[in-house]
Amino acid sequence: MLGFNAIVFIALAYVVMLFAVAFYADRKARRTGGAWLRGPWIYTLSLSVYCTAWTFYGAVGNAARSGLEYLTIYLGPTLVFLGWWWILRKLVRIGRAERITSIADLVSSRYGKSSAVAVLVTILAVVGSTPYISLQLQSVTLSFVVFSGSTDQGQISELLVNDRANVNRIAFWVSVGLAIFTILFGTRNLDTNERHYGVVTAIAVEAVVKLVALIAVGAFVVWGVSGGIPQTLDIIANSPVGEWRPEPSRWIGLTFLSAVAIICLPRMFQVMVVEQSDESHLATASWAFPLYLMAISLFVLPIAAIGLAILPDGANPDLFVLTLPLEMERDWLATLAFLGGFSSATSMVIVAAIALSTMVSNHIVIPLWLASRAGGATVSGDVRSVVLMSRRVSIAAIVALGYIYYRLTDGSTALSAIGLVSFAGVAQVMPALMAALFWRGATRRGAIAGLVTGFAVWAYTLLLPAVGAFSAEMLTFGPAGLEILRPQALFGFTGMDSLVHAIFWSIGLNTLAFLVVSLVTFPSPLERLQGASFVNVFERSGGARGWSGGVAATEDLLVMTQRLLGAKEAQNMFHKAAVEQGKTSGLPDPTPDFVNVLERELAGSVGAATAHAMIGQINGQASVSVQDLLAVADESAQMLEYSSQLEEKSRELEQTARQLRDANEKLTALSVQKDAFLSQISHELRTPMTSIRSFSEFLQEGDMPEKERARYSQIIHNESIRLTRLLDDLLDLTVLENGQVELHIGPATLRELIDRAVAATGAEHLAIDRDPAGEEVVFNTDSDRMTQVFINLISNAAKYCDAEKPRLKIAVQASDHMIEIDFIDNGSGVPKDKESIIFEKFARASDQSAAGSAGLGLAISREILARLGGEIRYIGGRDGAAFRVSIYLEQDSLAAE
Amino acid sequence: MGRSVLLIEDEPNIVEAISFILERDGWTVRIHSDGATATDAVARTNPDVLILDVMLPGRSGFDILKDLRRNGATANLPILMLTARGQTKDREMAESYGVSQFMTKPFSNAEMLETVRALAAEAKT
Amino acid sequence: MKSPGRPVFLERDLYRRRRVIDAAKLLPILGLALFLLPVLTMDLGQPAHVSTSGRLIYFFSVWFFLIAIAFVLSRWLRPEVTARAPETEPRGEAKGPAAPES
Repeated sequence: MLGFNAIVFIALAYVVMLFAVAFYADRKARRTGGAWLRGPWIYTLSLSVYCTAWTFYGAVGNAARSGLEYLTIYLGPTLVFLGWWWILRKLVRIGRAERITSIADLVSSRYGKSSAVAVLVTILAVVGSTPYISLQLQSVTLSFVVFSGSTDQGQISELLVNDRANVNRIAFWVSVGLAIFTILFGTRNLDTNERHYGVVTAIAVEAVVKLVALIAVGAFVVWGVSGGIPQTLDIIANSPVGEWRPEPSRWIGLTFLSAVAIICLPRMFQVMVVEQSDESHLATASWAFPLYLMAISLFVLPIAAIGLAILPDGANPDLFVLTLPLEMERDWLATLAFLGGFSSATSMVIVAAIALSTMVSNHIVIPLWLASRAGGATVSGDVRSVVLMSRRVSIAAIVALGYIYYRLTDGSTALSAIGLVSFAGVAQVMPALMAALFWRGATRRGAIAGLVTGFAVWAYTLLLPAVGAFSAEMLTFGPAGLEILRPQALFGFTGMDSLVHAIFWSIGLNTLAFLVVSLVTFPSPLERLQGASFVNVFERSGGARGWSGGVAATEDLLVMTQRLLGAKEAQNMFHKAAVEQGKTSGLPDPTPDFVNVLERELAGSVGAATAHAMIGQINGQASVSVQDLLAVADESAQMLEYSSQLEEKSRELEQTARQLRDANEKLTALSVQKDAFLSQISHELRTPMTSIRSFSEFLQEGDMPEKERARYSQIIHNESIRLTRLLDDLLDLTVLENGQVELHIGPATLRELIDRAVAATGAEHLAIDRDPAGEEVVFNTDSDRMTQVFINLISNAAKYCDAEKPRLKIAVQASDHMIEIDFIDNGSGVPKDKESIIFEKFARASDQSAAGSAGLGLAISREILARLGGEIRYIGGRDGAAFRVSIYLEQDSLAAE
Repeated sequence: MGRSVLLIEDEPNIVEAISFILERDGWTVRIHSDGATATDAVARTNPDVLILDVMLPGRSGFDILKDLRRNGATANLPILMLTARGQTKDREMAESYGVSQFMTKPFSNAEMLETVRALAAEAKT
Repeated sequence: MKSPGRPVFLERDLYRRRRVIDAAKLLPILGLALFLLPVLTMDLGQPAHVSTSGRLIYFFSVWFFLIAIAFVLSRWLRPEVTARAPETEPRGEAKGPAAPES
């Protein structure tokens, strides 16, 4: 038979092979996207992380003790997957929409991104998973022990008793090995989307190995040992478990518990929701995963029955899968079985440790770390390395906890009992989780009340008795003789199976506390928003609303994002956002939409609650709390939500209301504009008319000295011209705006056009710097119209440039596709708040009505350029006023000369 | 004892016209063309009648009017307001702020002179 | 008399799809009933001698039957889900089918 050293070598070689698979898959995913790595099959296989060493070894042990009861552990998940349309589909959609990183993240995200809830769920998950991890350590250790002794069962028990130190050493090194393996794979990089293709692929390989191994052992037992199916059924019928004697309460309780566990187990959530890359995979998994479960449990009872029949009395049924082939001297099969068990255990520990460490790091370590830094999220330094380090430490700590539990229980408990303790622990998340998906009335306080109650009752009735924390006296007579509080018979209800008892009371009281507190408390605005967006996840189009009216500086956000996502990724993201906001360069504005998107991105790295808090720190620097901001932003949504009878449609309504509000604002703005336009026209027309009327009345009086007479005539004349010009401009603009203008396109030299404009302006006090070389460019245009634009710009500079020695610089840049002409003066420029309106009719940057200008010039210029295929823009950020005229050239227009 | 008028208006031609109308009638016309410092000018020159344009550089005539009416020294000063915007809204606003007379441009010379005279006479009685 | 308004009956495909969704929603309830049936119909008073082997065959038959139905239903339900899938990954698939796996 294979020796201990040989099996250690095989295990190590197997680990190296898994490394290779994971490494290859990671690289593939990074390079080509590795479509098949994200296919439904890998997804389904990765779900098999549900089947741990508990299944591989423990199910047989369970079957040997209680017959078919082990099936319940697979029937529950089967029902959940068959009913994927109810729960899983929604869970997965929410997970994607909110960029959920763990089950704690999801629950906290629903309940107002509450850190308290996140911490509670995390603690619950860690405490609940610890027995389970210890179970894996125990089974791997046992399987090593089997190989270290002979096949003689007596000797194994003797070894367990006599050489405790040796066994513990094996357990210790198994823990260390698992921790290292997990750290190497789970935390190589901090993926923004928390997906680990390498790990998932390795898990899928292990899924195949364990299925093949168990079926191989089963087939060997059925056809090789007992001689066929009828014989096997006979052996089962004659075995101690040959008669069907289920306990109905346990049967129902366990089916329920396993159904809940498949959703609530942190590792299941990890592979099912977090690592999931395509919702449609669920459709495949809905039948393929039950098929896997069925296949893996098919041979469990036969193996148990035959093990009971041919192995000596007192042999540990938890190890039948291994000891049967050894007994029959099939070393290769025993090795395969060993690898199957090893796969089951390692895949569980790896995924669970990744899931738990993500929670611990995101919800406990990082918030503490942030709180400990005075400057909060804005201090410099790379948070990424902190996140990675905290995850690594968390993984080590979680595996260490499993090891401690193993030492505490002395590795003595039956595997399946340990597993059920874990299941019942994580099931406490169920009420809060289900309400998150389906009930908008659930509140954060309710969730906390339920979690705390369920956790306490579970610990009191199941966990503490299981680890032997209570004396026999305490169990029989209750604490301090209070029989009503007996841990395994609360309130005097005796006679229940202790596990069913624990499930009943913990989930029952949990749900009760959750419902009652939810009903009497009032949710915060953020909770209500999140509640609506979770429950109505299939109806919504946009993301969750959150940040409105924030005061975040984009630079701060960028600094923080860089530290979480890495410089390149962060900059890409910000650049993209800037482009979407219509900016060609620079940083995006911290609009609510942008901040929301950013928060979800960050949530992918550090979890929703932490991301929310980090952005809150930056966003809330004006000493307004996040809650305040949200309360303000949310008021309108709430009013709609509650006044409307169609509560489910409230998001749509909110949207409609927003559109209405926008439309109304636009209308108001339009009528204000029109109003302003009319009174402007009135003003512009009446001012010259006033002079004309006054002075003509003087002239009519007749007794005017000749000198005055001439002067007044002159004034009347000038004002008439001004009036005419204004009417011309108005007419011009109307014609241009209606597109009725007739253009006379022909080749023109830019220099000549500018010469003409300068001459026409006749602004002597304005010095003009020109670019003679650049201006020698010939293009097709309407010369008069183009000159008109230049005149407008030059006379604008002459009028408004407030420098002591006004200068105007005309710079030209020509390429094959366009000509850009910049008019930059040395004045104080256009005030920032006026930049957007200067191209409007009658808009003036200052209140000053400079003589002879009606404020139509820029509006006309803009229209002209639109007709001529170009545009005019104001370029902010220069020393003075700077206008850029861009003329887009058609392909052959430059080739003219 | 010449009666004095302070004219706050930024259109040079209109300033010239009004000055001409009033000076011929024996008024002393002081001129100020900036809105921002208009109230100071009123305090400094202490006119018998104030003629105030609505659209001024620096500050709107309405704001100046409001300030003057709030100030005890000028609360009863006869003020003639001129506007070229010609909307009844403007007239109503000016009246609500306590303007003495409101006139829309363009005006006739006689109308201007009579209004100023009437304002001064009213203030005396 | 035909009213010009909204059609009372859905288009055939859509109608079929809705019924498939109904079936998918009912399937776990059917499964639950079948899985609990042997337990719930047990007479606790008298120890009926039922063999484990018989029950083993019953459970695995029901199990297989349910999986087969789920398989058929999932084929029907897939198109809609995949139609929404393109939003899945920002990188990768963009290169299209020209990503041959070695």
